[in-house]
Amino acid sequence: MDAALLRITAVSKHFGGFTALDGVSLEIARGERFGLIGPNGSGKTTLINCVSGSLRNDGGSIEFNGEEVSRLPAFQRTRRGIARSFQIPRPFASMSLLENLVVPLEFVVHRRSLRGADTRGEAMALLQEMGLAAKADTPTGSLSQVELRKMELARAMAARPQLLISDEAMAGLAGAEVDEVLEILMKLNAKGITIIMIEHIMQAVMRFSQRVVCLDAGRIICEGTPESIVQDPDVQKAYLGA
Amino acid sequence: MKFWIPSGLLLAAAAAAALIVENEYFFFAGYTVLMFVVLATAWNILGGYAGYVNFGTPAFFGLGAYTAAVLFKAFALPLGLQILAAAAMSGLLGLVAGVLTLRLRGIFFAIATIALVVIMETLIVNWRYAGGATGLQLLRPPPTLPFDSYIKMLFVLMGAMAVGAVALARWIEQSWVGRGLRAIRDSEEAAECSGVPTLRLKVFACVLSGALMGAAGAPMPMYLSFIEPASTFNLNYAIGALASPMIGGTGHFLGPVIGALLLSSIQQLVTVTVSSELNVLIVGVLLVLFVVAAPEGIVGLVRKWMRRSSG
Amino acid sequence: MRRGDPAPHFFDESMIFSFELLYEAVVFGILLGCFYAAVSIGLSVAFGLLDVPHVAHPAVMVAGAYGTWVLAGYGFDPILAGLTLMPLFFLAGMALYRFYYEAFARRGSNAGVRGIAFFFGVALIIEVGLIVLFGVDQRTVEASYIGSSVAFGDMRIPQRFLVGGGVALVLMATLTLYLSKTFTGRAIKAVAQDEPALRLMGADPVRIKQWAFGIATAVAALSGALLIIIGPVEPALDRVYIGRTFSVVVLAGLGSMTGTLAAGLILGISESIVLMLFGASWAPAVSFGLLLLVLAVRPQGLFGR
Repeated sequence: MDAALLRITAVSKHFGGFTALDGVSLEIARGERFGLIGPNGSGKTTLINCVSGSLRNDGGSIEFNGEEVSRLPAFQRTRRGIARSFQIPRPFASMSLLENLVVPLEFVVHRRSLRGADTRGEAMALLQEMGLAAKADTPTGSLSQVELRKMELARAMAARPQLLISDEAMAGLAGAEVDEVLEILMKLNAKGITIIMIEHIMQAVMRFSQRVVCLDAGRIICEGTPESIVQDPDVQKAYLGA
Repeated sequence: MKFWIPSGLLLAAAAAAALIVENEYFFFAGYTVLMFVVLATAWNILGGYAGYVNFGTPAFFGLGAYTAAVLFKAFALPLGLQILAAAAMSGLLGLVAGVLTLRLRGIFFAIATIALVVIMETLIVNWRYAGGATGLQLLRPPPTLPFDSYIKMLFVLMGAMAVGAVALARWIEQSWVGRGLRAIRDSEEAAECSGVPTLRLKVFACVLSGALMGAAGAPMPMYLSFIEPASTFNLNYAIGALASPMIGGTGHFLGPVIGALLLSSIQQLVTVTVSSELNVLIVGVLLVLFVVAAPEGIVGLVRKWMRRSSG
Repeated sequence: MRRGDPAPHFFDESMIFSFELLYEAVVFGILLGCFYAAVSIGLSVAFGLLDVPHVAHPAVMVAGAYGTWVLAGYGFDPILAGLTLMPLFFLAGMALYRFYYEAFARRGSNAGVRGIAFFFGVALIIEVGLIVLFGVDQRTVEASYIGSSVAFGDMRIPQRFLVGGGVALVLMATLTLYLSKTFTGRAIKAVAQDEPALRLMGADPVRIKQWAFGIATAVAALSGALLIIIGPVEPALDRVYIGRTFSVVVLAGLGSMTGTLAAGLILGISESIVLMLFGASWAPAVSFGLLLLVLAVRPQGLFGR
């Protein structure tokens, strides 16, 4: 079995005249905790959108489990094991928290036969792991920010992915809340889920990642361990501005 | 069970009325009301559940009506088969239109549906076999037993279609299909990333919606003994199909029914006593009012009132 | 004459096809196209730039046409009447946008559907309001340039089309210059492209959008004047122009002002040629057919963002 779960090769993406991604290549190993950093507008979310299928890359290839997925619509990539959370939470506002999780359970996990599946029970179990069980029947419009972030992760996990992409799940959260989310991600990785974390909160990235890549203006400018990344002069220049 | 018993009773009442009531106007009016119940329910499957506004009801309805009329003229096809053929044709239109335009945002789909109406009407106007702009006269066959009048038969038939359409909408609403459609409506991108095959589900809803509208249109030529483009592709069908669920409530299968009943009653009252323009004005104002102030429709208002009086 | 079709009868259907006829159709189509571009430019701003599902825009235009008719009854020249109506329509547009924003800003799960339904309701109200006020009969206006024609080579071109085309070009040039040269104009284009950046600059996107929508509505007033100059108007005219204006805006590419002219010309010439070849009963389908074609093949239009 190929050790690389996700292989991105020379991926590019243009919006009209603007180049958002310019030949990005990287590999994510199975079970890895991977950090993706870079200043605003560097292309992190665009890259994630290309991997998850919300966008189609213009050039290059994206292989998941050895299979080329860049021509597949997003829902089929989710069914093959790629799940993501959204930077700005996008709950299914007309549904309760529990029902939000039932959607991926019905459309991914149990899509071949719903008969006999206890989707509500499974969703409840997931909520309990996230510490959200008490709010199961709350309409998502009434949830707090940190609860919505956890909902995003829970909903992504309900699809039973092999790869989870966490898109700035901690943005704007206070210290203790950051720790809560970090702990959830660590627990998930311990179960074997490969995780890509996009974050601005450096200490979270440092604590979590085994390997980090820094993007700037659509290109990878540095790759390595968290310690080496932080000391890299190019990374410092990218963040502090040139 | 909670659904089928009242529906069964209603249908039985309709059949009983057909045997007892003598005033034919009752059946003419009743047919129209029931037809709008079907149209509104069909509209809501794509518009309310999935969140894609369709202005093109006259295209699907009219295609169904003309399919039935042309098949009757050519082969003297019995009404039951006319309805099936009409549903198939309009469902096909839903498939083609859906695959072409449901990839785009909601407003583009909405405008494209207006285009469908004009194109359908233009095609029919230029088709001499279907009567062109002047239309077709049709001779009704005798009604099947036990009905003694054709219009009574159509009334009960439309009643059965209404029950069928509402039952279908209810099944969709309460099943995984409905949940998928609601996910699409709430956040299409998140739905897609949660494994929902958004395009397929939307197209499915469009096909089903179109087929039901076509079926509702099929008995129309027999109802009037006549068919012509201007009244068949009339904007009023678009208005009724859209406004009824938006006012009655888009989130529940009874919403379109309540809306259709309300708007039909207003139409009967106002058109006869004042003018048809005033009727459109009232519908327009109600639509704007509900869309702005009561987005959950009448069903939503009733729910709020029930919660307040019990809490 | 078919409803909503401004083409005059200088084609005789018994004529055989000739290049002369084609030439005439193209020239006429160009003039028609300028007119279509002019009536679509308001929608280009409201829908193309501001992303408002403004299906009531053609109805507002028709209201402008009727306003022109009323003022013409007091002796106003139609174009002057249109210009006079612009401030009033500007304020009304600002109010409408404010109302739309407040009512649908909270993006509940139904906001998209409700927004479209809202403008549909507004269009109905305007249309019926016009019927109640003015009746269903067609209305026309009179002016020195309406009814006479000008020689152009071998052809005779109705003068009102030249006037219409001229006003159209001036209108489009003015608006394009406004959007690219003035501060507010550039802010409007910016808010369409990158709202967060605009916010960071300290500008209030809502007020800018409100201002832009007001401009679009004011332009609709002048477009309405052009409508009634080119041909008779009736309350249901907005239904035909929904197809024409949206197909021009979509073909142009959302947010492209120069594209609007190109798209208008394409539509005008296509309609004119179809009219010549197949007659008036096929002409209404041209704009809608073009729209469907663009949506199916290249939804971002010719010059889309």
